[in-house]
Amino acid sequence: MVTFLIRRLIAAIALLIIVSMVTFAIFFLVPRLTGATTADLASRYVGKSAGPQAIHEVEVRLGLNRPVAIQYWNFVKGIIIGAHYDFGPSKVYCGPPCFGYSFINQTPVWPDLLDRAPVTLSLAAGAAIIWVIFGVTAGVISALKRGTAIDRVSMGIALAGVSLPIFFTGLLSLAIFRDNLNWFPNAGTYVGLTQNPLQWASALALPWVTLAFLQAALYARLTRAGMLETMGEDYIRTARAKGLPERTVIVRHALRSTLTPVLTIFGLDLGILLGGAVLTESTFSLPGLGKFAIDSINNNDLPRVLGVVMVGAFFIVLCNLVVDILYAVVDPRVRLS
Amino acid sequence: MRRSIPLVATGLAASLALAACGGGSGGSGGSGGDGTFNAALTKPVNPSTKTGGTLRLANSGDWDNVDPADTYYAYSWDFARLYGRTLMMFKSVPGKSGTELTPDLAQGPGQHSADLKTWTYKLKPGIKYEDGTPVRAQDIKYDVERSLDKKVFPNGPTYFNDYLDLQGYTSPYNDKTPGKLGLKAIDTPDDQTIVFHLKKAFAAFDYFAMLPATMPVPPAKDTGANYKQHVVATGPYKFENYTPGKSMALVRNTNWDPSTDPNRKQLPDRIEVQLGINADDLDNRLINGSLDSDVVGTGVQAAAAAKIQSQARLKKNADAAPTARLWYTAISGDVAPFDNIHCRRAVEYAADKTAMQTAFGGPLSGGDVATHLMMPLIPGSKDINPYPSGPGNHGDIAKAKQELAACGKPNGFKTVLTARTERVKEVNGALALQQSLAKVGIQAEIKKFPQGDYFKLYAGKPEYVKKNGLGLIMMAWGADWPEGFGYLSQIVDSRVIRDAGNTNLGVKDPAVDKLVDQAAVTADATARNDLWAQIDAKVMDDAYIMPFLNVKGLLYRPPGVKNVFVNQGLNGLYDYAQMGVK
Amino acid sequence: MTQDQTEGSAPAGPKSFLDVRDLRIHFPTDDGLVKSVDGLSFQLERGRTLGIVGESGSGKSVTSLGLLGLHNRRNARVSGEIWLDGQEVVGASPEQVRRLRGRKMAMIFQDPLSSMHPLYTVGAQIIEAYRIHNDVSKQVARKHAIDMLGRVGIPQPDKRVDDYPHQFSGGMRQRAMIAMALSCDPELLIADEPTTALDVTVQAQILDLIRDLQEEFNSAVIMITHDLGVVAELSDDILVMYGGRCVEYGSADDIFHRPEHPYTWGLLGSMPRLDRDRSERLIPIKGSPPSLINVPVGCAFSPRCAYSELNQGRSETERPELREVAPGHRVACHLGREDRHRIWTEEIRPKL
Repeated sequence: MVTFLIRRLIAAIALLIIVSMVTFAIFFLVPRLTGATTADLASRYVGKSAGPQAIHEVEVRLGLNRPVAIQYWNFVKGIIIGAHYDFGPSKVYCGPPCFGYSFINQTPVWPDLLDRAPVTLSLAAGAAIIWVIFGVTAGVISALKRGTAIDRVSMGIALAGVSLPIFFTGLLSLAIFRDNLNWFPNAGTYVGLTQNPLQWASALALPWVTLAFLQAALYARLTRAGMLETMGEDYIRTARAKGLPERTVIVRHALRSTLTPVLTIFGLDLGILLGGAVLTESTFSLPGLGKFAIDSINNNDLPRVLGVVMVGAFFIVLCNLVVDILYAVVDPRVRLS
Repeated sequence: MRRSIPLVATGLAASLALAACGGGSGGSGGSGGDGTFNAALTKPVNPSTKTGGTLRLANSGDWDNVDPADTYYAYSWDFARLYGRTLMMFKSVPGKSGTELTPDLAQGPGQHSADLKTWTYKLKPGIKYEDGTPVRAQDIKYDVERSLDKKVFPNGPTYFNDYLDLQGYTSPYNDKTPGKLGLKAIDTPDDQTIVFHLKKAFAAFDYFAMLPATMPVPPAKDTGANYKQHVVATGPYKFENYTPGKSMALVRNTNWDPSTDPNRKQLPDRIEVQLGINADDLDNRLINGSLDSDVVGTGVQAAAAAKIQSQARLKKNADAAPTARLWYTAISGDVAPFDNIHCRRAVEYAADKTAMQTAFGGPLSGGDVATHLMMPLIPGSKDINPYPSGPGNHGDIAKAKQELAACGKPNGFKTVLTARTERVKEVNGALALQQSLAKVGIQAEIKKFPQGDYFKLYAGKPEYVKKNGLGLIMMAWGADWPEGFGYLSQIVDSRVIRDAGNTNLGVKDPAVDKLVDQAAVTADATARNDLWAQIDAKVMDDAYIMPFLNVKGLLYRPPGVKNVFVNQGLNGLYDYAQMGVK
Repeated sequence: MTQDQTEGSAPAGPKSFLDVRDLRIHFPTDDGLVKSVDGLSFQLERGRTLGIVGESGSGKSVTSLGLLGLHNRRNARVSGEIWLDGQEVVGASPEQVRRLRGRKMAMIFQDPLSSMHPLYTVGAQIIEAYRIHNDVSKQVARKHAIDMLGRVGIPQPDKRVDDYPHQFSGGMRQRAMIAMALSCDPELLIADEPTTALDVTVQAQILDLIRDLQEEFNSAVIMITHDLGVVAELSDDILVMYGGRCVEYGSADDIFHRPEHPYTWGLLGSMPRLDRDRSERLIPIKGSPPSLINVPVGCAFSPRCAYSELNQGRSETERPELREVAPGHRVACHLGREDRHRIWTEEIRPKL
């Protein structure tokens, strides 16, 4: 178990390093290889119209004129031991982990990431609870009532959920529940949980439901398929032959097996969402990591993009690791070695 | 698949209808307000002097910066007037007078030396910061010094870098002199006087004195790039908090003295700005009254524009605000056969400007058909139409063919037309142009480029343009401020052309350059503006530019907003310094 | 057919511990009605073992699931009567049948790996079975489970009780399965191909175990298999199934030494025997079992029967009834008695 953990941790760190290198290369090396000069890169950081002098200043300040390998080394060094940045009147020390400095927003990246993370965490966690409860329940009922009206209706809704994009369901839900019915007047204005829990929940209710609708649909289909397969297993027949009540057969025996693969997918989905629920956050104007990523990409704000990519990769790797360990806990056939 | 489309369409229609139904039900919505369409262009709508309430603004993104040394967008300048005062400012009035300058911190317009190289301003007495300390001329000098540092503040304009006699001065942060006021180009003989020394004559310096860089910054409070967290206020409002990307709140500045400031009001108790709001959602909130204004003010999105145009109830609360922004097609004189003026003129005649206008959203949310460079709101603008494009502006094919014959290409020719991939309207406009040119035998192949690199690597790089034969280039240009120099110099002066990143896409006429120089040294504003009109006419005569649309922004003012009007000096935005909610 | 469920008051009340009467299990499908079991009757007493033999698809396993009432009423049509210790099962409510399952009748399945839940320990699965029918604490049930594991011959049962099925060998798994089935002292034990998945030496051990346990518990056992060798070891009586019906029924002695149905002969011919040298290679039965949707009109076995032409076409037109040919020995075949005896003694027996 310990060796397993150590090995997986090393692999995870190696993966993160590779992700950072690839991202770095995409933004800093590829443009150079395709013929862009370092001044071209720098010109993205200056305002509406700037002379060559201003561009050159920025080029030097950002170190864009240095070899990409050295820039990467400085980036890594910043994460480990911190870095110094020129705020104007004084040099400011950006302590580890220093994920760079956004020259477009004039702020270090890491505090901004920390600031955005709770929003995404709130969104993902709340939505995950809703979608797991509703998705799994709907999937189980559909599977047990296979071919009936209940099955058809819930699978129809699931198909709608999978097909309708979030920016459609999201804006529709805002129009109905906020603007027309006025149920969630503050939807789209995030308030911290510790600041005001009620406001927090009512601001997030619509995003939760919208995101959960899409995911619940996927989980309902997944659970239904898994249940149908499991209900045909020999050990379900055995459970019935033992004289177990049908409820116990379904919950303890069938559902337990069905949920094991669902757990894996749940872990991966959650990992991806924690890196930023891009569409949901943009639609509902939630200042989370996903919106942060989109805004940074639109602004060509490379240090921020790099930071948010790293955070996203971190969550995916972390959730993968957790899923692997959990899987070994729930399925004794999997050995940790 | 075929079945799902009507479903989605119905849902969308339902959502729009519901959103529309929501209008007037929430917030300060109500059915009040005496607005009619375009009313705010000529007079304040819902005039009021009542104070109190919270003005709720929203921004789909964030400011380029709220630091006066580092901002370039008109809406940022408009908003900055709430918390900061500059030497000069545009008059806070509706209509054409909004493009006139008026003193703000200064007692009057700049006093210039005979050679137009020295400009002196006297400050009004008794002006204080939010903490009650007096504003000094040195503080204005200090902010101009800060704005010179493009390392720390890369966003702002470079007029002071280009015109002040810097003598090697780079930044107050490298300044070893005590007080960090080492810049020789600005003198402050006393706390109330500031003198600018230019390296070349410039007659329209008052416009520079309007720039946010002349907002005083107390050196003791300067935290460099972090100063934006709390800009020390001189205007009627001061920072309560600002979280970049999320929100900002301003509250009354009790040390602002209205007697020194006839141009601003202090009506709301609070001004809150939500940042990073989904643009379509922002429009919906404006329409249902839960927001008071879109702080960026470039106009509503396509969905809301369609709603506003179709419903009289909404349209009466909307304004199609004229801006100092022009859509045009640059015609590259370096690319054959456009080296021949007649081939360029053939394009001027052939273009179906009405079709292009439609591609940009029609007269209401697109703008008016343009026949020359300087739109009416630029002082001195003369309404000329050197290339009449036939009835209904659908293009004059006979004239175009005549020019083609004169060019030696009676059957037309092939060329390349470029547009920015991400800009749907621009691409549609290019398609409309392509079709109208095809009618006279000019076959334009459309090439699309990413907008981030459009000027840096492609259309703005003369070497690339020549090599790849980019004959026609779709382009938009907005004036830094509505005045000949602020509008035209960057797109017609051949001496600003660089290796890459150009905005002058090929206007090369020594006569134009000469007129630009002449305007720079003409002290009399009327005479100067007349020179810019001459430049407009000359560039049109050269046919390097084919203008087709004077941009208008379709703005929406919820009926609950008071004292709201469009300020033309601020590029057709609502004037935030006068807005109220009671 | 309506059933009177009151014990003993039925006009033709059961005399045996298990009395199956005209059991029919049909599955309506899109392709037609699948008659998996079509009119099966037999009796079984406590302490006795019945072997049900037949190829795959002959309806053996469907019969066993039918006895346990495990067919889904939505997609299976079950008719006939099953009397278990005086209680009728077919017409009983699902809840009543559930209470019988595991306690009164239990089943050992073919593949112990797939038949045990992979995510629960062997012990947990036995405890669960025990506690359903006995109101005892977990500790008591656990002691019982360890005891049961010990009795089926699993070494160190107190340790193995916490192992998962995949940690057991095939034979041990089947022992655990048996321990689970026997945990509530069932009076009827149905073993469906209990040794098919096991290798030969383990097979013998498992069969010995079932026999020993039967003696100990005095249960009635139904041994379902396609392998006559298995039933030879254990069974008192043997029922040969073909196409969902019984084609021959008799004591083990009758079936092995005086079989009268050509299908039984075929089964005997395809049975490997360790107790004597093989004279020829195994003789498989030609052809394949009939589709249960379109059972041949006459004798279901006739398309594969080498002697069907001896019956002047009756094999193709008329279904042979199950007739008693000797006390306790019944056969469903059109062949004359003399012909059957002649063919058995002259043609078949010498080749075995």
